[in-house]
Amino acid sequence: MSLLEESFDLARAENRALLIGYLPAGFPTLDRSISAIKAMIEGGVDVIEVGLPYSDPVMDGPVIQRASETALNNGFTTRDVFKVVATSPVPTLVMSYWNPIERFGVEEFAQELRKVGGEGVITPDLTIEESQSWISSTDKERLHRVYVVAPSTKDSRLTEVSARCSGFIYAASLMGVTGARTDISSAAQALVERIKKVSKTPVCVGLGVSTGAQAREIAKYADGVIVGSAFIKMILESNSESEANLKVKSLATELAAAVRR
Amino acid sequence: MTTDLIGHFGRFGGRFVPEALIGALEELSLAHQEALTDPTFQVELMELHRTYTGRPSIITEAKRFAEYCGGARIFLKREDLNHTGSHKINNVLGQALLTKRMGKERIIAETGAGQHGVASATAAALLGLECVVYMGEEDTKRQALNVARMKLLGAEVIPVTTGSRTLKDAINEAMRDWVTNVATTHYLLGTVAGPDPFPTMVRDFHKIIGDESRTQMLELIGRLPNAVLACVGGGSNAIGIFYAFLNDQSVRLIGLEAGGAGVETGKHAATIVGGTPGVLHGTRTYVLQDDDGQTRESHSISAGLDYPGVGPEHAYLHEVGRAEYQAITDDEAMEAFSLLSKSEGIIPAIETAHALAGAMKIGKEMGDESALLINLSGRGDKDVQTAAQYFGIPL
Repeated sequence: MSLLEESFDLARAENRALLIGYLPAGFPTLDRSISAIKAMIEGGVDVIEVGLPYSDPVMDGPVIQRASETALNNGFTTRDVFKVVATSPVPTLVMSYWNPIERFGVEEFAQELRKVGGEGVITPDLTIEESQSWISSTDKERLHRVYVVAPSTKDSRLTEVSARCSGFIYAASLMGVTGARTDISSAAQALVERIKKVSKTPVCVGLGVSTGAQAREIAKYADGVIVGSAFIKMILESNSESEANLKVKSLATELAAAVRR
Repeated sequence: MTTDLIGHFGRFGGRFVPEALIGALEELSLAHQEALTDPTFQVELMELHRTYTGRPSIITEAKRFAEYCGGARIFLKREDLNHTGSHKINNVLGQALLTKRMGKERIIAETGAGQHGVASATAAALLGLECVVYMGEEDTKRQALNVARMKLLGAEVIPVTTGSRTLKDAINEAMRDWVTNVATTHYLLGTVAGPDPFPTMVRDFHKIIGDESRTQMLELIGRLPNAVLACVGGGSNAIGIFYAFLNDQSVRLIGLEAGGAGVETGKHAATIVGGTPGVLHGTRTYVLQDDDGQTRESHSISAGLDYPGVGPEHAYLHEVGRAEYQAITDDEAMEAFSLLSKSEGIIPAIETAHALAGAMKIGKEMGDESALLINLSGRGDKDVQTAAQYFGIPL
């Protein structure tokens, strides 16, 4: 059993959903992204999702776009993502658009990530049809493969995509891009229920989740809650590293309490 | 030329998109396939082309310009005479009709120079669709006249302020809109790039250019041309004129990319000549990218060619050697722009001037026995300001 799977078991035993926190590597700098992730974990985040900044993030709203641009302007390179993963004491996945992985070398990327203790990769723009080399490389390195499904995904396709996911299935809470929303639509719960009918793999809900109240709602029906942009906002709104990390930790604490059922 | 059912051209093409869009791409693919064989759709589109676009477009022999092309006979396929001034209308009318067919009421489009935006706004006005055009903030400043034109046609123009604030970022923003509003909205992509079925569908709407040209050349000179030339940004006008000649092995197919300040300077938009295979905007193709797979900014005097990707079918035609791709610098393009204007009384779009500069080289190489067919993809009215600035003409 992988560390990620153990985390799901533990959360289930404690009657709560898993809390997954996202931050892009290298934002605002490499060192600060590492210390912010530490703050997330201190606040109670169970699993870390490290974003790999990309020049053309079509699934991301303004906050993550801005963070990615900052990271790239500050000299982020693909190898930095492994440095960040290596420092994380909890199960950690990478979230990356496909081109940086392909450019790095599909097999090499999987090997490097395994070497630094990564648990898996979330690929928001990789379709199952284009996944042959990815599936063989991730299988070989025993990495979890997480695809993102959406409320518009039809049942027949949900079955096919879910069957190729491991670790968890990422359910997008709404039709749209990443970024905080005031309401989480009822589409999220309906989607989770549809996935549960075709797969035993845990389902985590992300996109638009930013507050304890939203996390509490989602924790009622999903195995995990994913929060990203809200953490980045804490960093963007702070004047210093220490202030940013305090705010990140306090948001993590609020969310960690909320995912307990 | 698609080699399988999910839009691959050899190892290029395919779909690299969020799952949220898969349903819409499948719906579009189906609508396109049905429309291809539906006589009602085809009649409606052809009737629009005849009575609105102004098709078939004529061929003009450029006898005086030929003197700069080593004496080769030069034939211009006059897509610049289409309504809205370029080949773009062919695709836009086709996709707008498909939008209605799918029961959607809103179209979104990206635009660089504004040609595709203007064409989209035009089709939306004609067919009663809501139209939103995404345009890089930089481009809205460079092409203020086209922004006004789109607004006059009833479209909303949204300046994009992320990334390099040009065409690439306008496409990103249009994709984000589409992911959010896909139930009601069709993304009217303006070139043969993007995820399947766009490269195939947009080609199918433009292949009328080559179909007409092939017949017209046989009528005019009793044989096929020795070479067909077109400029390549995303590559829609080029694939449109190439497609009918793909099986005519005697006909050289030559795509002219934007060499900017010179490919060796790194400041260019010659994606096939100076790029590497990668994934951009939903398709595998040649991309201008760095060692980490981050997209590099492209540079060209022509906003319409200023794109760091290219249609996957061109990547394939290059790889199998059926078409050739060369880079033309800004200066070479502007020389050809000026020569055609003064020798033929035709002011071409700066995009198109790249193809004309290519003809000056290829004509000299192939000699005076040869006949070259050039896709005169657009007129240069939109470029008057850029050209005046380049040639130092006070405005």
